[in-house]
Amino acid sequence: MTVLRETWIVFHRQMRLSLRNPMWSILMLSQPLMYLFLFGPLLKPITAQISEGATTNAYQVFIPGLIVQLGMFGAMFVGFGLIAEYRAGVIEADRVTPASRIALMAGRVLRDVVVLVVQSVLLLLAALPLGLRAPWAGVLLSLVIVALLGATFASLSYSVALITKSEDALAPLLNGIAMPLLLLSGILLPMQIGPTWLQRLSDISPLKHVVNGVRALFRGDISSSSSLWGLFWVVLLTVIGLAVGARTFRKESA
Amino acid sequence: MMIEARGLVRTFKTKRGPVQAVQGVDLDVADGEIVGFLGPNGAGKTTTMRMLATLIQPTAGIATVAGCDLAKDPVGVRRGIGYVPQSGSTLPEAIAGDEVVDHARLYGVPKAKATAEGQRLFEELDLPGLWRRQCKTLSGGQRRRLDIVMGLIHDPKLIFLDEPTTGLDPQARANLWEHIRGLRDRGATIFLTTHYLDEADALCDRILVIDHGKIVAAGTPENLKQQVSGDAVRLSIADTSQAPAVMKIVRELEGAVEVETEDAVVGFRIPRGGSVLPGLLRSIDAQGIELHGVEVHRPTLDDVFLTMTGRSLRDEDATGTEEKKESAA
Repeated sequence: MTVLRETWIVFHRQMRLSLRNPMWSILMLSQPLMYLFLFGPLLKPITAQISEGATTNAYQVFIPGLIVQLGMFGAMFVGFGLIAEYRAGVIEADRVTPASRIALMAGRVLRDVVVLVVQSVLLLLAALPLGLRAPWAGVLLSLVIVALLGATFASLSYSVALITKSEDALAPLLNGIAMPLLLLSGILLPMQIGPTWLQRLSDISPLKHVVNGVRALFRGDISSSSSLWGLFWVVLLTVIGLAVGARTFRKESA
Repeated sequence: MMIEARGLVRTFKTKRGPVQAVQGVDLDVADGEIVGFLGPNGAGKTTTMRMLATLIQPTAGIATVAGCDLAKDPVGVRRGIGYVPQSGSTLPEAIAGDEVVDHARLYGVPKAKATAEGQRLFEELDLPGLWRRQCKTLSGGQRRRLDIVMGLIHDPKLIFLDEPTTGLDPQARANLWEHIRGLRDRGATIFLTTHYLDEADALCDRILVIDHGKIVAAGTPENLKQQVSGDAVRLSIADTSQAPAVMKIVRELEGAVEVETEDAVVGFRIPRGGSVLPGLLRSIDAQGIELHGVEVHRPTLDDVFLTMTGRSLRDEDATGTEEKKESAA
């Protein structure tokens, strides 16, 4: 199929560019590693207090949140790269070819997803010596969720980048979205230790359900309602994200 | 016909209300022509070209480009055209050859063929040994030629060039003109925009003058210049007091218009100024009037623009830049 072939061409070009300049990917990975080593130890005493004996290792709770955070933040700022491409005229040059508009987006999103999955695997490996233990099936499903989440945020980020076409507009906008999403997701600390009003507020955020789902998967509760809700939300987000992205790439002035 | 457009209109929404950037453009470009779109900044040149290249949709109007209907078959149009944008088309960090091959593959050209064709174009467009170089290490002229390689890589029959020589030094410009003529000699049709009069004059078989979103004149450079009433002649008189006598002689010439005097200079316009001059000089001499000098200027495209719009293209260019600065501030 031509769309797949064209997606592959775009992906291949993006991947080659990323590998030529791996600094961005390395920096992206350094953030969750810092959380892991500089913030993780603080969680140990807290986890001991809140867990009712079920989970003993703090990283069992913390790592699922971190890989979700990686999926979100790692993909959220990819729009900056697109603005650089736009400035250089690359987007225009792509759009004047007969290639499918969907492929122009999908190839870029695919690169972001591959980078995220590799980063997540590295993060999980780094957490192994700290005592992280999780069943294979749960970890694999979690990586799928991270990939979908990455695809969602990457296409949304590209859409916003194409519409604003300016770093100055993109940066505050993305930070404005990222901040409440992070705080209400329960990534850093489980929401159940907060007051009721904050818990209700966080219920609105799909991200919280995704984080809870990944935590359940890491516990091995693959068919629990938490993991199913997490999967449901991430699939819904992906459908919305990709639809918005595809629409923006197809739109004439984009 | 390579391009046939009727009634193209494009309206942009701005904060101050809708702006009609292109207001009903009709144009025809025949196979194998180099046609230039001449006009000041903001006249609607790039907007029209972007419509024809499927990058923005016309608000109204129809067009057939490279044999395909613009509205019904934009993908067909894209297959047949090459577009070289003003802003460049390669990433500074990328390798030149990689960008060219990937671009070709989006047109469905197989990798091996794209590589061979790309390297051949690098030789042809004077970019030897730059295939594996990072784009940002190329000079301005080289990058512009790389953009042209990008636009040519799938062997299009119609090539759009948006302000191809803006920002290049005179030598690089002249060099690029040669390459553009070379493309036409290979059978391609070329449609370019420019706000340089000399470029339109030197390069184009036919010129469309556009101002405020409308085509105000069309024809060959020679044709357009003939529409201006003749050559400009200036006579410098040794003794200022004799100017009225010279004016009188000039006014008796058939076809002389815009006879004016300023101090010791008498200026006027007349068709075929060169052939009128010998007789005129004899009459002046016969009255014992001494001249310091004589100048004859063929009409320029700027005169054409002035005649069509009442403004000079050069002036307009200057104010256009100022407006840009204002809006940026």
